[in-house]
Amino acid sequence: MWRIGLKMLMGDRAKYLTLVGGVSVVVFLFIQQGSVFCGLIGRTAKPVEAIGAPIWVVDRNLQVVDEFRGLLDTDLLRVRSVEGVKWAVPLFIRQVQVRLADGRFQAVRLVGLDGATLVGRPPRLLAGRIEDLNTPDAVIVGRAEMERLGNPKVGDTFEINDRRARVVGIADVPRDFLSNPYLYTTFERAVQYVPRERKLMNYILAAPQEGYTSEQVIANIRQATGLAAYDEDGMRWLTMNYYMRNTGIPVNIGISVALVFLVGMAVIGQTFYAFALQNEKYFGALKAMGAGSWTLVGMIVLQSVIVGLIGYGIGVGGGSLLGYLGGQGKGKLAFYTPYQLLVISFIATMLICVLSSLLSIQRVLRLEPAVVFRG
Amino acid sequence: MNQSSVAVASAPAVAAPSAVAVSLRQVNKSFGSGNTYLPVLKDINLEVRRGELLLLVGPSGCGKTTLLSVMAGILDVDQGVVDVFGIRVDQLSQSRKTRFRQENIGFIFQQFNLIPTLTATENVAVPLIIAGKPYQAALEQARHYLTLVGLGERLEHFPTQLSGGQQQRVAIARALVAEPRLVVCDEPTAALDSATGQLVMEMFREVALSPERAIVIVTHDNRIFPYGDRIAEMLDGRIVDVHDNPNRMR
Ligand SMILES: Nc1ncnc2c1ncn2[C@@H]1O[C@H](COP(=O)(O)OP(=O)(O)O)[C@@H](O)[C@H]1O
Ligand SMILES: [Mg+2]
Repeated sequence: MWRIGLKMLMGDRAKYLTLVGGVSVVVFLFIQQGSVFCGLIGRTAKPVEAIGAPIWVVDRNLQVVDEFRGLLDTDLLRVRSVEGVKWAVPLFIRQVQVRLADGRFQAVRLVGLDGATLVGRPPRLLAGRIEDLNTPDAVIVGRAEMERLGNPKVGDTFEINDRRARVVGIADVPRDFLSNPYLYTTFERAVQYVPRERKLMNYILAAPQEGYTSEQVIANIRQATGLAAYDEDGMRWLTMNYYMRNTGIPVNIGISVALVFLVGMAVIGQTFYAFALQNEKYFGALKAMGAGSWTLVGMIVLQSVIVGLIGYGIGVGGGSLLGYLGGQGKGKLAFYTPYQLLVISFIATMLICVLSSLLSIQRVLRLEPAVVFRG
Repeated sequence: MNQSSVAVASAPAVAAPSAVAVSLRQVNKSFGSGNTYLPVLKDINLEVRRGELLLLVGPSGCGKTTLLSVMAGILDVDQGVVDVFGIRVDQLSQSRKTRFRQENIGFIFQQFNLIPTLTATENVAVPLIIAGKPYQAALEQARHYLTLVGLGERLEHFPTQLSGGQQQRVAIARALVAEPRLVVCDEPTAALDSATGQLVMEMFREVALSPERAIVIVTHDNRIFPYGDRIAEMLDGRIVDVHDNPNRMR
């Protein structure tokens, strides 16, 4: 009977294409909105990923990586003496204003690395050498959003807080949510670039010794110092959760997704219902000829599942294509599709299809075979 | 006044039990309740014999379709016995009744009711597929029956590509393909012009009649009267007369 069901479905080209098209559009919008959401939220944690360290020690009240909460020099010594800590180095991240050659100001994310170890340095340089960071006035510029600094080249200079900065390298750094360029320098120099009262480190990066897990060391640090500590994932989620709680992103995208769901449901449900209504006299005939109600329900469910699967495939394909094409445009489009999003939209699609076939199913169950002889 | 018992008494011969295909005794059926209460079948007594084609005739609204539906097991009665080949249809559960129809009944409708997105062959194969026969085997048997009704050249046509008469022949093939013992037809020629209707009826008698099978045709089209072996006349929910067909063609 499943073949008969499929032929009934696909034989009616117009309705079939409307159904599949409707599902595709819904899935596409789902994936698109969901990926933008994940992309935007994911970007908020990019600074954490860009630095890259096994353990982050931070102020107890720190809510988000973009916030400045200073630590004391003694904190660094205390962390170093915690059981299981292999090494610990200071890190400084701060928004500062750069004065460009033409006199304009531009906010940047100034990252001060421990001069001796350069822990937290960018993984890949596109130009220059990382060692040059220890030469006088040296800074390395992150490529993302670099155009805001007038696309500087190695050897260019600008001013930060009346001090000279000289570009010695270009680093490959991902775009983040605040869309500010990155400037890397050493910790010692970074504190010179900011006003007096902010000459503090605000992070301590650390690593566990062999034989200790990160969780153990994090627990030890928390207990011994009273500071907060996270592994990289914990730090990422701290930041992402902050942005989810404190920005309109979830609400705005949530509303779009809900609307997509409702409109999709209405269109698909409507079309499916019309389809079933039009087939009712044939279902009646099948019932009279001895097809059981549940066989017919199975046919309807199969029809809706097939529509769902094909529509899902097309929608996901379209969504991925958009992400791919968007990625070509130098990554301005925040678009990230985790597999969870695919799973969720798959479940949502199937839900829409099954829900919209419920009305038809209920009609078929109630259908009296005797209707076959009525006009 | 009890016309139905008169009708049975006036029937030419009481069939021997083995010769009886369908036996209805004191069947009553009504629709609605309260203000809308409408008795439609009133104390119906009727026998249909094996090997015969019975015409059920009468004015519009007298209850012919309702009676046919009862025999075919698609409508439940309020009272009375519905016996089809020894099966007490009135006592079957819904699921057994579904099974009963699948195994015993062939249907022919006024509006053909062919599924428009299936080819002639696929339409004819539907009862076999419902019965669980493998798809290819069902198609094979369907082609055989389509050839029997003279549509061997139209196997892959869709219903819309066929004339009304051809569509009804597809429907006949579909009604016969599972070799049912009882074939019920409601106004099978009403949607056809009279010449086509007569051709279809001639062909139908030829392929459908068999010693073990009973056929009941509801009609008020007197041009097809010659194709019946016996005629049962209904009026206002009662069988008023059952008689051999004097004009029956040989
Ligand atoms: N499902 C139903 N609900 C209510 N009334 C019905 C129903 N089916 C048939 N009737 C009524 O029963 C009477 C007999 O109908 P029917 O058996 O179709 O007559 P016929 O086939 O002889 O024209 C009509 O008055 C019709 O309106
Ligand atoms: Mg009728």
